Amino acid sequence: MGSTNSTLLKIPNVEVLMQETGFSPAHIIRLHDRFKALDKEGRGHLCPHDFGAIKELAMNPIGDRIIGAFFSPGKETVDFHTFVKILAHFRPVDKDRPKEPNSPEPINSRSNKLKFAFQLYDQDKDGKISRDELLQVLRAMLGMQVTDEQLESIADRTIQEADLDRDDTISFEEFRKSLEKINIDHKMSIRFLR
Amino acid sequence: MASSVYLCLLRAVFLVCFVNPLIQGLSEDESVFQNPHHQQEENLTGLPIVTFKWHHVETPYLVIIWVFVAGLAKLSVVELNHHVISVVPESGLLIILGFILGGIVWGADRAQTFKLLPPTFFYYLLPQIILDASYFMPNKLFFSNLGAILIYAIFGTCWNAATVGLSLWGCYEAGVMGNLDIGLLQFLLFGSLIAAVDPVAVIAVFEEVHVNEVLFILVFGESLLNDGVTVVLYNVFDAFVALGGPRIDAAEIFKGIFSFVVVAFGGSFLGIGFAILLSLLTRCTKHIQIIEAGFVFVVGYLAYLTAEMLSLSAILSITFCGICCQKYVNANMDEKSVTTVRHAMKLLANGSETMIFLFLGVTAIDTEIWVWNTGFILLTLLFVFIYRIIGTFLFTWMLNKFRLVPIEVIDQVVMSYGGLRGAVAYGLAALLDEDKIPEKNLMISTTLIVVYFTVILQGITMKPLVQWLKVKRAAHSDLKLIEKLNNRAFDHILAAVEDICGRIGDNWWTRGWNRFEENYISWLLMKPKARKNRDYLFSIFHKLNLEDAINYVSEGERQGSLAFSRSDEAANVDFKKQFGSEFADVMPNIMVDMSNYELGIEHFSVTSIVKDTIPSVSLDIHGQDRKNAMDDINAHHLLQQHLYRSRKHHRHKYSRSHFSINQNEDEVQEIFQRTMRSRLESFKSTKMGVNPAKKITKHHKKELTHKMPNGHPDGTGHLYGDEVDIAVGSETGAINSTFMRDTYTVGAGIENPVFLPDMDSPTHSPPWLMETEAVAPSQRAQRRLPWTPNRLRRLAPMRISTCSTDSFLMADVSLTLEEHEEHSQTDHVEMRPVFD
Repeated sequence: MGSTNSTLLKIPNVEVLMQETGFSPAHIIRLHDRFKALDKEGRGHLCPHDFGAIKELAMNPIGDRIIGAFFSPGKETVDFHTFVKILAHFRPVDKDRPKEPNSPEPINSRSNKLKFAFQLYDQDKDGKISRDELLQVLRAMLGMQVTDEQLESIADRTIQEADLDRDDTISFEEFRKSLEKINIDHKMSIRFLR
Repeated sequence: MASSVYLCLLRAVFLVCFVNPLIQGLSEDESVFQNPHHQQEENLTGLPIVTFKWHHVETPYLVIIWVFVAGLAKLSVVELNHHVISVVPESGLLIILGFILGGIVWGADRAQTFKLLPPTFFYYLLPQIILDASYFMPNKLFFSNLGAILIYAIFGTCWNAATVGLSLWGCYEAGVMGNLDIGLLQFLLFGSLIAAVDPVAVIAVFEEVHVNEVLFILVFGESLLNDGVTVVLYNVFDAFVALGGPRIDAAEIFKGIFSFVVVAFGGSFLGIGFAILLSLLTRCTKHIQIIEAGFVFVVGYLAYLTAEMLSLSAILSITFCGICCQKYVNANMDEKSVTTVRHAMKLLANGSETMIFLFLGVTAIDTEIWVWNTGFILLTLLFVFIYRIIGTFLFTWMLNKFRLVPIEVIDQVVMSYGGLRGAVAYGLAALLDEDKIPEKNLMISTTLIVVYFTVILQGITMKPLVQWLKVKRAAHSDLKLIEKLNNRAFDHILAAVEDICGRIGDNWWTRGWNRFEENYISWLLMKPKARKNRDYLFSIFHKLNLEDAINYVSEGERQGSLAFSRSDEAANVDFKKQFGSEFADVMPNIMVDMSNYELGIEHFSVTSIVKDTIPSVSLDIHGQDRKNAMDDINAHHLLQQHLYRSRKHHRHKYSRSHFSINQNEDEVQEIFQRTMRSRLESFKSTKMGVNPAKKITKHHKKELTHKMPNGHPDGTGHLYGDEVDIAVGSETGAINSTFMRDTYTVGAGIENPVFLPDMDSPTHSPPWLMETEAVAPSQRAQRRLPWTPNRLRRLAPMRISTCSTDSFLMADVSLTLEEHEEHSQTDHVEMRPVFD
């Protein structure tokens, strides 16, 4: 217990962080250890190339997009607080935890999880997934087996399915609606973050 | 065909199992019967024309009669009042119907001559049901819930067996059941046979209440696997009973547990082995596509029998065979074979299921098996029910500590209530050895009562319960590309986040397996071609496109007409392009025709058109006049005969190994060539301006449909006859074919040898021909004279906008309705051959 407390004490504002993210002290410590392991040069923040060093991640077709999601626009670094807050998106929703009135929407709410997924597509941050943006993701995920023409047809069809206002782009609202039937809590949660 | 072999086997089973007792019962009679038979033969004075040989066919006959009766039973149950169906599940109704049938048999024979015997059930009825269930198992769902399913199936079943057995024994010792000759081991044996939830009953009931997919897979997966477990458990206890109480020591118990593990896992691995064999087999069946579907059944059954032979768990073996092979088999086999497997599997499984429930009912009407012991029976019912609930909640509680999405209380209630017992329990009870278990009949009757109670009563109340508890139902969702796309994205995201967290989680394993599967297993078990184009998202897209195409066609047909273009290669892509591009493309033929006409090229080569970017064959499909089915069929025969008979290399209409006959490229070209030529001819004659009366058409058509199917034109007229028919067949509307044909029929236009010989065979000239000579050209004919290519072009788009031929009529305002009808009729008839 002593070591637990000492690690926690090293992190500034740890109480606020825990309240915002809902992580337990054990989670925070584990993530802090991981953070330190990734931060090989000990600068106290992570750069994109620190993420790039993770071997498996480099093989992930949309890995660089996910790395990009950790960095707010214009910034080249991510500190521990932001790191944890991003990961908090993937905490499973807990129904038992008492809901505090007038507390802000938790980070791991359905719509926040969806927002995270949405911004992976929406690279120019205009709040809309354009055909090109979708096509890029598709190309990354579908790989070589599908021709460009087929990719384009798939992209067209996907947009057509979600696009309600016929502007040939998918807004977040449309994105949310089209995925209404999917159990996002299930698909965007990681068990060990519970 | 292998599946038919399988069917034969099925029949043979029935024969042996159902009818054996009957034959034995009748053997005395038989000798009596056969004597007169012999005498008759000896006394034979002349050749008998027919003889009655009941005994030759008796067994297969009885079997097939029962299959027939079962089919009728299913039919009557399904066609029954819908109100009843919505309340009582089909399985329950079949059992009740079985009671009635059993009553009839019993009334006739004063004994139950037909009952469900364990070998019949286990060798001939059960395998295909299990194979069906596992072959169509939603794999992803199954494996992602495998942990929970295994817990329920293994520990839940053991729990049920142990608690039911022990509680009954306790009550027996307390003296509730009176004087019975049952020991602890026998009680445990009974507990083990009654423990398992039955997949047949569960599927039958749960398919009707559409619960959410996680709940369904839990109940279904459990019922499938715990059948295997219960059989293993049963065998272990059976061995213990045979061994006798005093000789069981710690070593024997340990051996029992060990054997449990070996039998269960050995069976599963054997099944996986057969799945690999099957996948490899289907890799190389390219040239015998017609029987490749049979392999699925044969190898599946082989997996079952082999496991049975090695005393491993046969049910687990066939289950894992089905689950593991489905992906590769479906990818390797031809699409048609996949469809064949799907339908044949459902047919067999449904048939067996019907037989099983029916015979569960029939079997009950037998005074021999019924032994009543109030305490035993009621307590069994109670314990089975209660311990199922306790077990479910206990294990779910433990599971929920680890599950990402906990199983809700309501789902748990449905799960425990869905603990239906079925034919497996009965089969095992009937297998009991009466020497070792004196109270066998009591156990059978108790099992039957438990089965009836759970299948009928719980089955009936399941739906209201599900509604009342507001159980999350299966969301009826259309296939959506965006959902699938995002599912894929979510998988990647989760895997990436796990990497970032540096933890080995579920997704790490999933991904590791997927990669291994893709790199090695698929490489080994899948055809290279299938492997290449099997991207999941793309296949979803493909499926959606197909759906669209079908919708498009049916919508077009519903609306009246439809122009649909097809090229010989890459039909889908082409279609997609067609669909998206301008409508002009939909009518390539008109365009082609007209451009040629306009340019004045009369002897254009067909190949130039075929090689054109525009699809080579154009079909007109008229869905409007479905009423004229008879005409269609006649015309179809007629046209088919004429279209192809003239080919030098005549091919047989029947083939054992190919479905598609007369579909090769040559013929497509030939159709095209002839169409073009005849169109040219007709166009020429149109210009000549001679047209017969409209009413000829009617005679003409009748003549065609009546005479031609059998009236096969003789050698001389042959070739020309084909010309006409083809012209008729693939006329796409640039020039009205009815109109054109009339021209030649009358013979009033240019002397055209192409058409005359066909319409009136040289031997007799039909009376209407004489009659028509006098008829002046009708108004319609006259109106059509001024048609020119220019006008055609103007008309073409109209055709697209509404429906093909009718738009011509629209241009032709003065046409009467009668004409219109007839017109479309003929057109409809004409279009058939190309369509086929």
